[in-house]
Amino acid sequence: MALEAVIGLECHIQVATRTKMFCGCPAEFGAAPNSNVCPVCLGLPGALPVANRAAVDAALRLGLALGCEIREESVFARKNYFYPDMPKNYQITQYDRPMCEGGALPVALAAGSRGFPLIRIHVEEDTGKSFHPERHGDRRISRVDFNRAGVPLLELVTQPAFRDPAECAAFLTALRRLVRWLGISDGEMEKGHLRCDANVSLRPAGQSELGTKTEIKNLNSIRGVERGVTAEIARQNLARLSGERIEQATLLYDADHDRLAVMRSKEHAHDYRYFPEPDLPRLRVEAAWRDEARAALPELPWTRAARLEREYAVPAYDAQVLGERRELCDYFEDCARGADGKLASNWIMTEVLRMTNERGWSIDDWARRVPPDRLREFLARVSARDIPGPLAKQVFTWLADEEGGVAELLDRHRVRVQASRDDLLPLVREVLNQNPGPVAQYRGGKIATLGFLVGQVMKKSAGQAVPQVVQDLLKAELGGQRPPS
Amino acid sequence: MAIHREELIRIAELARLEVPEEDRDAMCRQLSEVLEFAESLRRLDLEGCEPSVFAPADSPLRDDRPDARRLDAARATAGAPESEDGFFLVPPIVENLEP
Amino acid sequence: MSARESWRYSAARLSNEVRRGAVTAMEAVESGWEGPAREWEARVHAVAHHDAAARAAGSRAAVKGPLAGVPVLVKDNLCTTDYPTTCASRILAGWRSPYDATVIERLRRAGAVVTGKGNMDEFAMGSSTEFSCYGPTRNPYDLTRVPGGSSGGPAAAVAYGLCPVALGSDTGGSVRQPAAFCGVFGLKPTYGRLSRYGLVAFGSSLDQVGIFARHAGDVALLFETLGGADPCDATTRRTAAPDVSGWDRGVAGLTFGWPANLWAEGVEREIIEGLEDAAARLERAGARRVTFDFMPGEFAVATYYLVATAEASSNLARFDGVRYGFRHDDSSDLRALYTRTRTGGFGPEVKRRILLGTYVLSAGYYDAYYLTAQRARTRIRREYDQAFEKCDFMLLPAAPTLPFRLGEKTEDPLAMYLSDIFTIGANLAGTPGLTVPVGMTPEGLPRAVQLLGREDGEPELLRAGRAIEVGGEPARLGRETEREFAWPSKR
Repeated sequence: MALEAVIGLECHIQVATRTKMFCGCPAEFGAAPNSNVCPVCLGLPGALPVANRAAVDAALRLGLALGCEIREESVFARKNYFYPDMPKNYQITQYDRPMCEGGALPVALAAGSRGFPLIRIHVEEDTGKSFHPERHGDRRISRVDFNRAGVPLLELVTQPAFRDPAECAAFLTALRRLVRWLGISDGEMEKGHLRCDANVSLRPAGQSELGTKTEIKNLNSIRGVERGVTAEIARQNLARLSGERIEQATLLYDADHDRLAVMRSKEHAHDYRYFPEPDLPRLRVEAAWRDEARAALPELPWTRAARLEREYAVPAYDAQVLGERRELCDYFEDCARGADGKLASNWIMTEVLRMTNERGWSIDDWARRVPPDRLREFLARVSARDIPGPLAKQVFTWLADEEGGVAELLDRHRVRVQASRDDLLPLVREVLNQNPGPVAQYRGGKIATLGFLVGQVMKKSAGQAVPQVVQDLLKAELGGQRPPS
Repeated sequence: MAIHREELIRIAELARLEVPEEDRDAMCRQLSEVLEFAESLRRLDLEGCEPSVFAPADSPLRDDRPDARRLDAARATAGAPESEDGFFLVPPIVENLEP
Repeated sequence: MSARESWRYSAARLSNEVRRGAVTAMEAVESGWEGPAREWEARVHAVAHHDAAARAAGSRAAVKGPLAGVPVLVKDNLCTTDYPTTCASRILAGWRSPYDATVIERLRRAGAVVTGKGNMDEFAMGSSTEFSCYGPTRNPYDLTRVPGGSSGGPAAAVAYGLCPVALGSDTGGSVRQPAAFCGVFGLKPTYGRLSRYGLVAFGSSLDQVGIFARHAGDVALLFETLGGADPCDATTRRTAAPDVSGWDRGVAGLTFGWPANLWAEGVEREIIEGLEDAAARLERAGARRVTFDFMPGEFAVATYYLVATAEASSNLARFDGVRYGFRHDDSSDLRALYTRTRTGGFGPEVKRRILLGTYVLSAGYYDAYYLTAQRARTRIRREYDQAFEKCDFMLLPAAPTLPFRLGEKTEDPLAMYLSDIFTIGANLAGTPGLTVPVGMTPEGLPRAVQLLGREDGEPELLRAGRAIEVGGEPARLGRETEREFAWPSKR
């Protein structure tokens, strides 16, 4: 009997606000332990939460981008359980009336784009951090730091819509792109900006009801999600083969050893006793706020990729790569407007990405150095066959490192582009004279020899000739003795 | 009686409290008495009564600006039973075990 | 009168004397300690923490403002930086808050001096101030009796003369009932009018900081100083707090509700006599009585003990021995640390309520108990709304009995809970209530009544409280009377 996997994801997105969800402490990463804390996020007696508008706005924008229904009045709730990294021993989250419901995230897969449906998105607070146990004198202890406690999180829960781990990975990649696109989060999984739990169950293919599911926690990278889910599907398959029943369980994925560990918990441990948070009013997102946020929403990555394909005649692959990042798209469009789109995308996808990568620059850093008008001029020269290929790469580097237009750069570096017939004709004739053999071969019908002759001229010009011009000249010179067709 | 011993043990565990063996019967009785008293609410006509919310509806959200309530690590941990180098210290947190 | 006797002054007069330099803030604060406290504190035990150096430091800054130099005892569940804040619980033993509650900040800004922390029932759970880790507070009028609770310390301190005003908290009557037992004024304001930031939470949707005073005018003075929105408390209201400056305007033209069905049985005779006395005073002062039946308090008590304990079970989860307060040593694993710390750190009544609240919220019972209770609350609120269509405020007992004896109810939680039967409704409805003393019983115990108002009805309550205070004699309403505190006769 063929089994199919059914996978649902629960993602936590850390919102890049200045301050925490319910207090004015900096939400930044990397401060000294317990120095970004206050009575509220430390859970001191008497302290009270007040919700951060920017975090709510982030949830709103994400919800709108994904086509969720936005609840005008959602409710914060307390989730009660004891854990040392949770200052109040309850987490303020949303429960039966979350802010956003429904919606879907379109994901580009090999077989085409597919929308993965969501159940909900809600706002909540992050926990602090506890560290691995260590020796301390004659006993063992753990250290706890609450700097992260209270940082705003968006929890996004998908329908159990995934059938294989690769789909999960593609979904997360698309989600990461979207939260960056919207400026909601830096989306770096290694830094915990984006975290993911997965629910996995197996069922006979074609059956509609779901099998017993297990939950995998601690999936800290896209690869980890893929591998953790793969491991769990394998484990459940094996268990079924040996006739075992799948028990509902929480598993921890250990990425270092590619291993799953079952989390032990006491019976009845999961009774979270949710109830509406009495310290907070209902969370009101009035129509005006919602409409304003909707109007201010940028063009979304999936729509934009399609438009790039259409408007700039770039291949789908290019559109996908450019569509990875909003600032990259913006830069591309600024450069490609009225230019050769494919040429622009070639240069941006290869050279711009390579150089920014090598130098650790952001696209914005790059755009400050090479504003679109400078790149446009460069592209125009390349497209007019004004700059030979090898030289073009060199000029591109100068563009990034120096000021000035293309002509200025060439001057400064004492490069004279030999593009005119008059410049090149002597070299062409010299090459023809020095290579009677290949000339004869060409004339004898071996057209490929032309490439060799072009190479020779280029060599003589020290790379400053434009190959297309050289080729045209060579053909003309040999033209009298056109090879038989 | 509304609350039996097993129930009492279960909720005590959830609340991280221990009720000594010799007090359990009395505790069950006292809690049950209050719950039985609460049964009187069944006599109340609650037709059309939504659950109450007390926080005022017009309460503003907070602007995303730092405020002056922040504590440094020394003050944050000053009241802690055990701390070191700005960290709170607790017995080892075993990752796959619920505390 | 000398500065040493300034403890007899009302807060209004005292601050006046301090501002004009007749009494120094230090003298104003110390007179209560040197005079009445010397005689009474050891026997009454109203104060949980005090510290002469902290008072001196506070006094130095307290020369200006509407409460200049006025000493205020604040309940031990209000966070203060200069005294421990322990909620009279072992679990917070020795804890010092790194921040001041908003109401404390506002007190200090107005020139008041925190003169100490008042004893209370642990975490404000109780009606007698017997459940304190520091031992009980006693009623200054009869040391064998309780001062009421849970704010028994602040109530008793105002009654014996330590300070003219004090702060408590009222979740189900914890200001109004001890005020009645100790014969002082006690206001529970409209929910959301006084900030709860820095008030250690018990039942978040019910808790309000409350005011004790010996005179209606002082209640108004503190309400004006403390009231108003707080950006740190999302449950405070944005609109301006009601204007209580007309507290001495009298009650001519006001109507008061007389829900006599509520005391048809189970209420002590002296309490009913007090009600009749108060009603007569109000009528003498020009108010009109409207008689109607009101919903019996049992429903409110039932609702309250579900809502308050549920919220408390969650609010008190943070006391776990990790970040502050008491930790049970010798716990090698976390679960043992939590369980032993909490079991050893909380007293019996607190544990009882945490267990009840945990049960009420737990899977399978939520709808039957918590949700039903929140719906019942809406119903109770409606009853209040309807009552206030018929009158401007209601007159009813603050408690069904006079102060009971120590130990009388500690073993019978339900009986103790029923002593809040007249006060709890206002917390459920979010409306204000004011306890007003009306003389003494022949055996020398204070008698008091409670006035319940509509939302933001503090001005009417204070006008009525003042009218009762001056015996219903309009000629005495003005501010120049009742300026000095004397021991009530028959003490």
